Amino acid sequence: MANIFMRAANGAVDWFNLRAPGFVPFYRKHMSEYYAPKNFNIWYIFGVLASVVLVVQIITGIWLTMNYKPSAAEAFASVEYIMRDVEWGWLIRYMHSTGASMFFIVVYLHMFRGMIYGSYQKPRELVWVLGMFIFLALMAEAFFGYVLPWGQMSYWGAQVIINLFGAVPVIGPELTEWIRGDYLVSDATLNRFFALHVAAVPLVILLLVALHIFALHEVGSNNPEGVEIKQGPKGNRWSDKAPTDGVPFHPYYTVKDLFYVSFFLLICAFILFYEPTLGGLFLEHDNFLEANPMVTPEHIKPVWYFTPYYAMLRAVPDKLFGVMAMGGAVIILFFLPWLDRSPVKSIRYRGWLTKILIALFVVAFVSLGWLGLQSGSTVQTWVARILTFYYFAFFITMPIWTRIDATRPVPQRVPEHD
Amino acid sequence: MADQGVNSGRRRFLTATTVVVGGAGAAMAAIPFLETLKPSARAQVAGAPVTEDISKLEPGQRIVVQWRGQPIWIIRRTAQMLATLPTVEDRLRDPESDNIDQQPGYARNEYRSIKPELLVLVGICTHLGCSPTFFPEMVAEPFDADWKGGFYCPCHNSRFDLAGRVYQGVPAPSNLVVPPYHFIDDDHIQIGVDPEGAA
Repeated sequence: MANIFMRAANGAVDWFNLRAPGFVPFYRKHMSEYYAPKNFNIWYIFGVLASVVLVVQIITGIWLTMNYKPSAAEAFASVEYIMRDVEWGWLIRYMHSTGASMFFIVVYLHMFRGMIYGSYQKPRELVWVLGMFIFLALMAEAFFGYVLPWGQMSYWGAQVIINLFGAVPVIGPELTEWIRGDYLVSDATLNRFFALHVAAVPLVILLLVALHIFALHEVGSNNPEGVEIKQGPKGNRWSDKAPTDGVPFHPYYTVKDLFYVSFFLLICAFILFYEPTLGGLFLEHDNFLEANPMVTPEHIKPVWYFTPYYAMLRAVPDKLFGVMAMGGAVIILFFLPWLDRSPVKSIRYRGWLTKILIALFVVAFVSLGWLGLQSGSTVQTWVARILTFYYFAFFITMPIWTRIDATRPVPQRVPEHD
Repeated sequence: MADQGVNSGRRRFLTATTVVVGGAGAAMAAIPFLETLKPSARAQVAGAPVTEDISKLEPGQRIVVQWRGQPIWIIRRTAQMLATLPTVEDRLRDPESDNIDQQPGYARNEYRSIKPELLVLVGICTHLGCSPTFFPEMVAEPFDADWKGGFYCPCHNSRFDLAGRVYQGVPAPSNLVVPPYHFIDDDHIQIGVDPEGAA
């Protein structure tokens, strides 16, 4: 009997392959015969975690749209309806809101991994640039999504962010009117942000993620040593053409990732069951008040993942330059592959200068994030100015300090550790 | 081989004209998609003038009315408040209201108002559109030890005096906007319409 089933199954597979001959080679190229360096460490899980969060956001997002009403009159109440009256609605909503913050946590760590191991260096510049586009799209997606509950922070956050475009010389005021579709943030604005949040931007993100992964799989993954395994010896137990220091992504890394994904989801579950607002960080307290165009909350601030840039905006005492600093802080990251002139990739083979400057960069970025959450006293403004200066100086002087810093010789192969 | 007997000049011409015509068509097709994002007819008519009774407004008080969805502040300033205006001028960015986009011509004076005591402002910060908070008292505030009363924006710490004039060293680039308004009679003000005779 088993023979009949096997023959039927094989027949179906053959039928499929004859009509879609590219499918199996595609699977092999990206999964079972994608040879990733065998020395990945914990920093290499965040790409997979970001993909997992993306899937969670899409699924929970689809479910939320089933009860959400994208109109200024009904939006706030419909979110509360989801929270209180829809069966399990609170869970879906908290999964989505927690997912948004977790997305930024894993993406920031993913980007930091790229920084410390020089993953953006030749030949992976395109992978980095595509990743930066994903980051931009993700920021837009998060912003549009935050407006949808139509709370006080949604409203005034939208007001501030849209008015950033008003700093553009000459066309600024018309541009903000065009973005809002009204003379103020209103029903028209909410409705179009809904369209962008649930259809346009997710499509762009999915496309960019596919391109990001395809571009990576062309050049192969970097690793904590910064050794190019494709330039090393060939031949391993699966193929005599594959790099000796590589292992098939599936099953070796998929199984490892599965473990980390479980652990990650455990943390997410803890947050969403016990502290879904995370003390006002993931969901701000003022957003539990309905939007009121007449009253700005006493202390307005964006969600935590935008606060480093927000602190920079606030630190500059000029509208246009403040907006430029904020935008420039993100845009400058695009050029990282060309700012870093170090002959070695990984921080493991770089000198103390690089290590200290990167450590200070982390301190500056996290501190700016904290300052962006504060009300902004005079002392805090001055600290933010110094840190903003450091942020930009770090990148602008990078071609110099990466070149003069001492390096250690990089081994030809991934070192053995046993 | 494939080029034999081909008039490549004509082929280039046809390619170029196709690209130009197709590109123009695509650009035209984009116009409705971009235009549809502008304020609709309904949003445009929503900007009708509003009339407010100000007979109950006591000196030092403020009322907030809504015009075009924006908060409009109407404040009856006290004589003491008006007296502070010249004292802060050297700390302001535009004390003489030289930026003529921020007020109608009839409000371009030392009080930035038609009647000296009655201040009318769009309550939207000229930085990024938050609504500043009214701090009328002349006491030291955490954001300014030498505070003479005015408006403080909680979003990005911009400060304005009691005529809506912006202080130096804050992110807001210009004075608060004075909307078009006029007095129907002593007790009624209309926001959104210039006084008769004013351009």
